[in-house]
Amino acid sequence: MGYSPETSIVLVAIAPFLAAILAPATARFTGKAAAWVLAIVPAAIFVFLLRFLEPVAGGGVIRASLEWAPAYGIALSFLIDGLSLTFALTISGIGTLIVVYSGAYLAGHPHQGRFLGFILAFMGAMLGLVLSDSTVALFTFWELTSVTSFLLIGFDHARQAARRAAIQALVVTNLGGLALLLGALVVYQMTGQWELSGVREAGDALRENPFYGLVLVLFLLAAFTKSAQFPLHFWLPNAMEAPTPVSAFLHSATMVQAGVYLLARMTPVLGDTVAWTTTLTVFGGVTLLWGAVAAIKQIDLKQMLAQTTIASLGLLVLLIGQGSEAAIAAMIVYFVAHAFYKAGLFLVVGVIDHEAGTRDITALGGLMRRMPASFLAAALAAVSMIGLPLTVGYLAKEEMYLAQAEPDAASLLVLAAMIAGNALLAGVGMAVAVRPFTGPMVETPKHAHEGPVAMVAGPLLLGALGIAAALTVGWFGHVILEPAGTAVLGLPIESHLTLALNPASVLFWLSVLTWALGGLVFYQLDALRAFLRRADAGLGWTFDKGFDAAMFGLIRFSGAVTRFLHHGRLELYLVVLFAFLALALLVPLVSLGGLDVLPPFASFGDWATAGWSWSALTIYEWAVVAIAIIGLVVLVAAQNRLVAILSLGVQGIAVALLFLLFGAPDLAFTQFMVEILSVVILTMVMTRLKLDERDRRPFEDALRDGTIAVLCGVGVTLLLSTILTGTLDMRLSDFFLTTSVPIAHGHNIVNVILVDYRGFDTLGEISVVMAAGIAILALIRGQRGATGVAKPKRARRAAK
Amino acid sequence: MNTVIFRTIAPLIVAIMAVFSIYILLRGHNEPGGGFIGGLIAASAIAILGMSSSVGEVRRALKFDPLAYAGFGVFIAGLSGLASLFIDAPFMTSIWLYLELEGTEVALSTPMVFDIGVYFVVFGTFSAVALALEDERDGGED
Repeated sequence: MGYSPETSIVLVAIAPFLAAILAPATARFTGKAAAWVLAIVPAAIFVFLLRFLEPVAGGGVIRASLEWAPAYGIALSFLIDGLSLTFALTISGIGTLIVVYSGAYLAGHPHQGRFLGFILAFMGAMLGLVLSDSTVALFTFWELTSVTSFLLIGFDHARQAARRAAIQALVVTNLGGLALLLGALVVYQMTGQWELSGVREAGDALRENPFYGLVLVLFLLAAFTKSAQFPLHFWLPNAMEAPTPVSAFLHSATMVQAGVYLLARMTPVLGDTVAWTTTLTVFGGVTLLWGAVAAIKQIDLKQMLAQTTIASLGLLVLLIGQGSEAAIAAMIVYFVAHAFYKAGLFLVVGVIDHEAGTRDITALGGLMRRMPASFLAAALAAVSMIGLPLTVGYLAKEEMYLAQAEPDAASLLVLAAMIAGNALLAGVGMAVAVRPFTGPMVETPKHAHEGPVAMVAGPLLLGALGIAAALTVGWFGHVILEPAGTAVLGLPIESHLTLALNPASVLFWLSVLTWALGGLVFYQLDALRAFLRRADAGLGWTFDKGFDAAMFGLIRFSGAVTRFLHHGRLELYLVVLFAFLALALLVPLVSLGGLDVLPPFASFGDWATAGWSWSALTIYEWAVVAIAIIGLVVLVAAQNRLVAILSLGVQGIAVALLFLLFGAPDLAFTQFMVEILSVVILTMVMTRLKLDERDRRPFEDALRDGTIAVLCGVGVTLLLSTILTGTLDMRLSDFFLTTSVPIAHGHNIVNVILVDYRGFDTLGEISVVMAAGIAILALIRGQRGATGVAKPKRARRAAK
Repeated sequence: MNTVIFRTIAPLIVAIMAVFSIYILLRGHNEPGGGFIGGLIAASAIAILGMSSSVGEVRRALKFDPLAYAGFGVFIAGLSGLASLFIDAPFMTSIWLYLELEGTEVALSTPMVFDIGVYFVVFGTFSAVALALEDERDGGED
């Protein structure tokens, strides 16, 4: 082969992002043809991935890996096996149709280029997600799908409902993203593997680990939020605020399937335990029925489809939970069938909405003659959804009933749930495909006519594929089902899919029962809806409202915390700050025995032996100490603020002089400047604050502040004395002394440390200094009001 | 503050302080001094200038917004660290260059550039704060 598979696979995940960056420019230069031009990218990826069908069907696994963070053993690794290839083909294939469709759906929209860019970026994230082998890469792409989906749902950002839906989807799915990150980290701790394939090779290691339960909960939370499982399903119907192509792409075939993909991927390492089977079966089953019943309640075509998507996701999770060979086979076939028919139906609904101006099922009818191609597409999709023979939906249904062959109570219960769910889905499918097109013509807001080719070709093709996959059942089973099933189960499976109808089999009659019940639902749809809506109104509480309550509660809580901590009273801030400083100084000294090492007061005379005696102080050194003490006394006694500030400066200068006299010229130097500047700045601030000249405060305040000040002072003194009694560790000082000239070419060790040895620290510090300066300016200008902000600009202009 | 004596002598003090600050900055590697202290001296000079004349005049004399000086400082400090990329060494590895100029040895180095960056950050930030405070004191008369 003339290409290197490694780089090409990496390109599959990166190319859509590049295309996304170029999309707005492409839209500007190519105008109406933009979507067709940009669709080349997903189409090329699809064709490229097709080349792997045969090698993968032959049992091959294709890997590619780029170094990412080698120090941590993290690589950007990709793996193509049956499962990831099935998902990647679905994503890129449907993605191509969606891009073309979007071009017509948003024709003339000012932000069409941006929209196409979002779609392509989302597709890249999704492809990366299903192809990654590294859990870190998986998490990264997982979060990227959440972010791009946020942008797509909120695309129509002028509407409040769209913004709310976007934030809701982001919050819920990011919750799962965090769980996934934690799960990946725990798995790494347990197995030392970032690679999923490596974890799979570890076999039972995860299941036997005591932390298996934790990993299970984390991964299930991730999958359940993304795949909208009950009770975290409420974000998905709201996400229908997005333009219809987005709903068709993200919320049927791809993003919501990420959770299903994750569960299938983790089956070999997490699956086949009681906890796994029970949890997935129960949550999947409840979600299936909840979604199917909720679909009946809707009158908006898109909402009906959204609710059936929740039901289908529940069905997929249920099948993964069962974990038998037949159940996994059914899961894979159903995933493909669902992607075809659900994307197709969404696109048809988009055409109806676009051409007729409404999606209300009760306000539509008789469109068949005006929109024959759309009707055909809807019918093709619906027969697969209902599961009539000769469709891939039929194969899926047969296989999932087959998985319940065991005649025990649990299987029968699951079987009943499946039949009920499938029947409800079939009824809704019939309603969506038949109601708008048949019956008497109903006047619609727009004069309905057939949609453009770009919009009708996609759903037609998807509908036809649902039939074609069934007609080529042998090939389909060989290249899709067998490799994907093998990847999920970890052992080779054989496809026994067949189109033949066998009236002697109980499975056939179960199908017939499903169709009959589906037909009943279809005919009684209006009555059922009215009944369910009445029941709903009686309930009065939804998960959606619960989400709002939780969010507003969170905002109120953080507001209360902020008001408690950030009350805006400077005096109290300082009291808390210095009180804690005093505690931090004194508590360790007292409780950890720091005071014991201090020499007893009687031995203070010993300092003379350390080479530092009282008599060694010269007269001018005594003078400096005296200045410092005088400064302090005046500071405490001062009635006038200005005098206090100045005497504080005097005391500081005296300390700086002490530094200078005892051999720390650099420190002294800096201390001088800091003292001068703080006196200047404090004075200016004081004049700005327009306070009384005198500081009159109640006695108890002075007592409190004085106590804290004395405690801080005593604490620092004791701390320093304690440090001085210990032996000084000279290793660092010696190192700097001996090396500063030979390797750093400087004699001033303090400066050499600042700019060379620890230059990186200094770089951080000067950035902080600047950031603090910006903050101070913002504070000053914020008080001054809007006119003051413009001042420096005016001054600059005048200078020119 | 605005006595005649102060106003007359301030430019002289400021000029001496500015030159002194650069001297302190450059000798810092071998003698007491360095970018931080040099920057503080220069900022004090600006503060004195602001007191003796008007803040507007000082801003005009500076040409750029004081914070722009600070930003420039962070920028060249970071840049001096990147120079080591060219000799394939880790970030902020120091590079030294000794020039013989008419018998005097002049040492140029990336730590020196870094120190100049520190000087600008300290100078810019403290001048910005001091000028903003003085601006208010002047009552925005500029």
